Amino acid sequence: MIQSDIHGETPHVGTQDDDLIQLLTVTGERVHHQTYSSRVAHLDTEALEGLYRDMVLVRRFDTEATALQRHGELGLWPQCLGQEAAQIGSGRALAAQDHVFPSYREHGVGWTRGLDLRKVLHQFRGEDHGGWDPAEHNFSLYTLVIGSHALHATGFAMGVQRDGDVGTGDPDRDRAVVAYFGDGATSQGDVNEALVFAAVNDAPVVFFCQNNHWAISEPTERQSRVPLFRRGSGFGVPAVRVDGNDVLACYAVTQEALERARSGGGPTFIEAVTYRMGAHTTSDDPTRYRSRAEEDYWRTRDPIDRLRLHLVAEGTAPEFFTALDAEADAYGEQIRDYCRSIPKAESSRMFEHVYAAEHTLVESERAWFTEYEAGFATEGAQR
Amino acid sequence: MSENTGTQRIPMAKAINLGLRRSMERDDKVLLMGEDIGRLGGVFRVTDGLQKDFGTTRVVDTPLAESGIIGTAIGLALAGYRPVCEIQFDGFIFPAYDQITTQLAKLHYRSRGRVELPVVIRVPYGGGIGAVEHHSESPEALFAHTAGLRLVSPANPADAFTMIQQAIASPDPVLFLEPKARYWDKADVDVTAADQVLDLGGGNGLHRARVVRPGTDLTIAAYGPTVATAMAAATVAEQEGHSVEVIDLRSISPIDFDTIADSVRRTHRLVVAHEAPVFFGAGAEIAARITEQCFYSLEAPVLRVGGFHAPYPVANIEEDYLPNLDRVLHAVDAVLAH
Ligand SMILES: Cc1ncc(C[n+]2csc(CCOP(=O)(O)OP(=O)(O)O)c2C)c(N)n1
Ligand SMILES: [Mg+2]
Repeated sequence: MIQSDIHGETPHVGTQDDDLIQLLTVTGERVHHQTYSSRVAHLDTEALEGLYRDMVLVRRFDTEATALQRHGELGLWPQCLGQEAAQIGSGRALAAQDHVFPSYREHGVGWTRGLDLRKVLHQFRGEDHGGWDPAEHNFSLYTLVIGSHALHATGFAMGVQRDGDVGTGDPDRDRAVVAYFGDGATSQGDVNEALVFAAVNDAPVVFFCQNNHWAISEPTERQSRVPLFRRGSGFGVPAVRVDGNDVLACYAVTQEALERARSGGGPTFIEAVTYRMGAHTTSDDPTRYRSRAEEDYWRTRDPIDRLRLHLVAEGTAPEFFTALDAEADAYGEQIRDYCRSIPKAESSRMFEHVYAAEHTLVESERAWFTEYEAGFATEGAQR
Repeated sequence: MSENTGTQRIPMAKAINLGLRRSMERDDKVLLMGEDIGRLGGVFRVTDGLQKDFGTTRVVDTPLAESGIIGTAIGLALAGYRPVCEIQFDGFIFPAYDQITTQLAKLHYRSRGRVELPVVIRVPYGGGIGAVEHHSESPEALFAHTAGLRLVSPANPADAFTMIQQAIASPDPVLFLEPKARYWDKADVDVTAADQVLDLGGGNGLHRARVVRPGTDLTIAAYGPTVATAMAAATVAEQEGHSVEVIDLRSISPIDFDTIADSVRRTHRLVVAHEAPVFFGAGAEIAARITEQCFYSLEAPVLRVGGFHAPYPVANIEEDYLPNLDRVLHAVDAVLAH
């Protein structure tokens, strides 16, 4: 049993395995689940290999970004290491028209939306506060203020309702919205208010909570005395708890929740029990607050390993894995090259898009700055 | 030498840590609360070691909810405690904005003095550390506009050590703004300072400004992170033959206008520098008051140097947003040229 020794004998909320939906065990065996097995029955070997490829390439992206930060090419990097199954499984259940509101660690979800992940680097290189057009892949910008976007997702879902894109039965029309956030975020007022608004409005929104056991240095039991998914019922929101390192189970429960939302059945709260295998960000030092033993335990539950074991057992050829390694290497090189080639932002950019329409104060400050910079170019040389 | 005596050369983060420790030793009603302040010691390590020494009831890792932190701190204060809350970064104070402005700032007033709210809110603030969005803000004007709150900001380790203890001793809520870019700047701090540091008024008072460099031709008023910039500007100006006086305001609510006015009556010129946007900023208030009080002493308009009316920019251009040495010198030149 993994325990926190800061707060006595309370076990980590989320390590008890009861209620946990699982379709693929740690050792790569498929397990039958009455409700959910049917939702992954159509996934053939090729589809499973696709999910595996997704996870491997996202991990490569994440690992490269971490290394780029170490080399001074990024200011900061929030790793998704260990959370690939939660992100890929849920992300692959989405339809193109569904809309995602991520926090800042959802690189895997971005990948499933078709976002060129290299665009994520701009923000962490200190060149952009966003980096992509939310409408292009129905993937909103990252949100750094914990929990705020849960309300945005709910409001967006209320818009979807008003557009009549719920319950038509047309699979290309009905839409759902997903908000991704962490265990720590569940304490924020905004997240709780989002659950209230979603419930009373039957909003077509899915709250996908990745319980990675840590909010920086605070274990989940500093946020809750009960498994997080149990919060749902108090709000009148159906909730499930899924093995977040099981890509198939994450796919299945998300698909169910999305169907409920799209058909007019309202919101769902999903708690995906996973583990932040890396530091909170590259600025963090987890050795100050968690044990090696705990990290080692979770390393044995790596989401990628278990699917690999399954694929191997099912007869996927070694060539598949070698080819994927080569693909990942090539991808890694692209990431490194791209990152170094991101152009440095012009200073004048700080005055752009402060408002959609002209604002005289911004204009006068921009003019002052332009003149100041120009003067500095000539005068400054003398100083 | 023991950790708690003598003069030590320490960074500001450590000085605040020692000040917190001293306050907790002095008064067992003092307790710390915030995100990651316990075992981690805070993301800036300001509370390093305090949970180990004072336990988890006095150094509390709170749930991730700023409104909850300040709201429960109000309740604890009403129950007789002196909570010192840490907001992890300036940009994350806003979920607590309601509790701070509608409750914390007003309960003493509404109760006609019957209740006191000795709550300190520590906020690492300001830019210059190459951070991502929401980690470099200077929101002081938003709070200075609210009656009932006191706002102070130390600019050096010695002041940080003293002022945090004074803030905790204050019967009123205090926003304690810590210039995060200066956390690792070292200076000598006399950590033997006795209880006289708790004097909230008088010469050593929490809200008194201080002339940190005397001069005759022009005054620069600054606080927190820009004091060092103002000092650097004064050094450059001296090489160009101008004697610049620098005032470390130390307090933003109230502002020690007497010290500024006294200086301006001698130097006749004033520049105010802060990182926060100049529009509706502290500099605007100072310019207006000094113009009212010293109109006939002024030989040039009061100039402000600060942030623009734009969101704090991405890290790679923040140097051009911040009132850096060149920008301060530019204003100094302009005022002297009048
Ligand atoms: C409102 C707010 N408060 C504090 C922070 C600082 N902060 C950034 S991430 C984080 C922990 C988040 O934990 P969790 O929600 O579990 O997400 P995870 O990082 O584990 O993915 C904190 C406290 C913030 N970004 N926003
Ligand atoms: Mg977490």
